[in-house]
Amino acid sequence: MFKSIYNWIDERLDITPLWRDVADHEVPEHVNPAHHFSAFVYCFGGLTFFITVIQILSGMFLTMYYVPDIIHAYASVDYLQHQIPFGKIVRGMHHFGASLVIVMMFLHTLRVFFTGSYKAPREMNWVVGMLIFFIMLGLGFTGYLLPWDNKAYFATKVGVEIAASVPYIGGYIADFLYGGDIVGAQTLTRFFAIHVFFLPGALIAMLAAHFIMIRKQGISGPL
Amino acid sequence: MSNHEHQDSKHQPVQRKEMSRRQFLSYTLGGTTAFMVGGTVLPMVRFAVDPLLAKGGESALVKVIEESKVTAEPQEVKFKVRQVDGWYKSETEKVAWISRDASGAVFALSPVCKHLGCTVFWNTHGKNEYDCPCHDARYSKDGKNITVANLPLDEYVVDIQDGFVYLGGIIANTRG
Repeated sequence: MFKSIYNWIDERLDITPLWRDVADHEVPEHVNPAHHFSAFVYCFGGLTFFITVIQILSGMFLTMYYVPDIIHAYASVDYLQHQIPFGKIVRGMHHFGASLVIVMMFLHTLRVFFTGSYKAPREMNWVVGMLIFFIMLGLGFTGYLLPWDNKAYFATKVGVEIAASVPYIGGYIADFLYGGDIVGAQTLTRFFAIHVFFLPGALIAMLAAHFIMIRKQGISGPL
Repeated sequence: MSNHEHQDSKHQPVQRKEMSRRQFLSYTLGGTTAFMVGGTVLPMVRFAVDPLLAKGGESALVKVIEESKVTAEPQEVKFKVRQVDGWYKSETEKVAWISRDASGAVFALSPVCKHLGCTVFWNTHGKNEYDCPCHDARYSKDGKNITVANLPLDEYVVDIQDGFVYLGGIIANTRG
């Protein structure tokens, strides 16, 4: 039945080349752990993406209960974690996944570095990868404030004070992030917006560029 | 080459500096695009950077203590200030250490350590200094940093009206 549905659509829209182009290509032997087990180091990029997808999905579900407001944020997180079935799991996925994504991204970066994969003609992909790295750090920083507990509050205060120490423009950066004079209601809504809309949007654009470039240029050759 | 051009200009009609149809259309299209992008983006940018442009409200002076009660020995005073945080208005408690200097002038220090922001206390080690419990920063009675911290303690704006001490916003130490 699914085959006939697929065929019906394919006849009209010719979708086969679309997914063939994305999915149907050979993995070179030197990056396939089935051939050389040590090639597992080539998995870290894919693992980073896998965890990123989990982060996006779990984050979407968390916003079903979360309220970005200084009075209600902590209570809503407490509620979704302790009163909702599987709340511990969903928030746990997002909480621990955030750390794991950094770990995987770091290992991926090490692999790219030590296999020399950043060299010509793939320099631009290294640069885009670095942008993704900074976006991820931004996501971690902004997400940390959202539970609005003591740890969140002071981490943000310290972080913004570090940003404020930038010569000349530091004060403006701090004002922009605080959205006022203190870590308060406007900081929380700002960080929520940045965490949930701005940075994920940028992240998805950068990931698209990352993947288009790697498909265009192919995986770098064996050492 | 130049010879060739010279010959051409003799026979061709006078060239007017006229905009081609294509150029006109691309200018029009570009202008319209710029207008639409600008009209869309500008309100959002102004919306987002409002905190940068908002003027920090002058801190209102708050009555904290009778002037006659202020001695050479620093004493802790607590007072409430109105705090506006976006759509939330609240009262928050502030602490000042208030004393007189050698000339009898009243001054008030903020107890926020300039090292890493802990709260300092007067004379906990019996040496007539402000001591920080976190990393042993010490400050003189004037708030001058003696060790650990890089800067002197901040001061409150002090105003004396009708025998009462009023405190305002926080300023950098002026007693150095």
